[in-house]
Order: sequence, then C-alpha cells, then structure tokens
Amino acid sequence: MERIPILRMGDLLLVTIQVDMHDRLAMTLQDDLTERIVSDGAKGVLIDISALDLVDSFIGRMISNTAAMARVLDAQTVVVGMQPAVAITLVELGLTLHGVKTALNVEKGMALLGKNMTR
Amino acid sequence: MNAATAVEFDTELIELNARLRTDRVTLPLRGDEDVVALRKHVRERAVAIGLSLVDQTKLVTAASELGRNTIKYGGGGACHLDKLADGFRNGIGLLFVDKGPGIPDLELALRDGYTTGGGLGLGLSGSKRLVDEFEIDTRVGEGTAVAVVKWKR
Repeated sequence: MERIPILRMGDLLLVTIQVDMHDRLAMTLQDDLTERIVSDGAKGVLIDISALDLVDSFIGRMISNTAAMARVLDAQTVVVGMQPAVAITLVELGLTLHGVKTALNVEKGMALLGKNMTR
Repeated sequence: MNAATAVEFDTELIELNARLRTDRVTLPLRGDEDVVALRKHVRERAVAIGLSLVDQTKLVTAASELGRNTIKYGGGGACHLDKLADGFRNGIGLLFVDKGPGIPDLELALRDGYTTGGGLGLGLSGSKRLVDEFEIDTRVGEGTAVAVVKWKR
C-alpha cells in the first residue's frame, strides 16, 4: 500500500508531502503519524506542505485532526511552507486551520518546535 | 450517450456553456483516485487558458470539493470539463453530474458548516466562493448537476 514516509530526527517527526494525496492516503498519514508519536515518543511533528499545490477541506481537516491528536498525545505540530495561492484559496474556502501552528519554512518550523519544547 | 448524463439537467449556466463550449472532456468519478486525476486535468486546462496561479488553485480546489461530493453523496458520476469562449474572454466550465439521491434541502446544503457526511460542510458553500459562476440542478431520487465557471481575468 502507498504511504507517505515519516522521518525521525531526535524527538521530532518530519513529513514532506510531495504527492497529490487522495483521501485514503491522507487518512493513512494521519493514522501513521498518530501511531508514530506514541511509538517514537515524539514531542514535535513538522509537516512540510511546500510541494502541495492544493489544500482542500479534506486535507485541511486531516491537518487539523493530526494537530489535535498530537496535542492530546503531548506533541506539538507545525505546518510549514504553505504556498501563497494555497493560503488564499484555503481562507476563501472557509478553512482557517484553527489551532494549527504554522511557519514559513522548515528552518523556522524547527525553531518554533525547539523553542516550545525547551520551555 | 454517457450513462451519467441520462437525466436531462437544465440550468441557465448549463445552457450557456453548451453555446460557448469549444471543447469537452469527460472524466469518470468513482473513487478517490479519480479526484486526483480530475485535479490534474483541471490544472492543465487552467494553465492552458492562462488563469493566474491563484485562480488555478481556486478552480482546482473547487473541482476537488465538488468531485468528492459527486462520489460521496451522489454515489459516483462524471465531470465534464469544458473550454469556454464568449468572444471576449476564455474560461473553464465544470459540470458534475450524478444519478444519486439528490439534495432535498438545497438552501440548507449551501450553508457553511452544514454536513450530512461528517465532513466540515464547506464543500458546496466553499466551492461557490471559489468560482465566478455556480448553479445547481438537483432532483430528489434522480440526481444532481453542479455547474461552475471560472473566467480568465
């Protein structure tokens, strides 16, 4: 079965979404990430969506749900690299990714996670 | 004749599109992967008529939402991708058709946050905001057609 790879770096999990995800693939990623947070004892999740040219309500919901699940499992989620056209469309669609932390790029996302975790 | 269009849907927009259409491609919508294929085709056509990146993204996102609705609520169907030209401007028309149960209360279905499928309830209402023209013809027990157009500015 198709899967999006999840990399571990210290106590962070990194995901770079590089394919146009169909709905089942998005759900698989949500489940995989949640399981890996527990099995790896991760404190942070960084999701890089810079290669995504679309975030619709389904993918948006997957991102929100993942962040919420991570939060109750004592991990923080940061979504990085959203393209401007995607952000404009997302807000017009009515999605604001409430409760999801974002950063402009991977470096800033890592800094955000690092800062939050040492607090 | 395509099985998915056995119901003769009729809205002003569908009629207008039929007159302005210079090209049509029909894609089946049965499963998740079909939505991915639809997004790819819509993107290619949006690029071909020179839509801006933001407008491309809006149209592809609307197509994704409406295509998912066709599968999830309509039990599958098809999307007709039309290239439109009215003499002054070019556009892309999308017509989603299914032979599903129809939408009993359209006004309610178009409200932000209303859902019967456990989603966010943004598919219909959100898509409407992403396109220039939007029309629905739905018949309980027969099916639903959703027509949208995005014009090149």
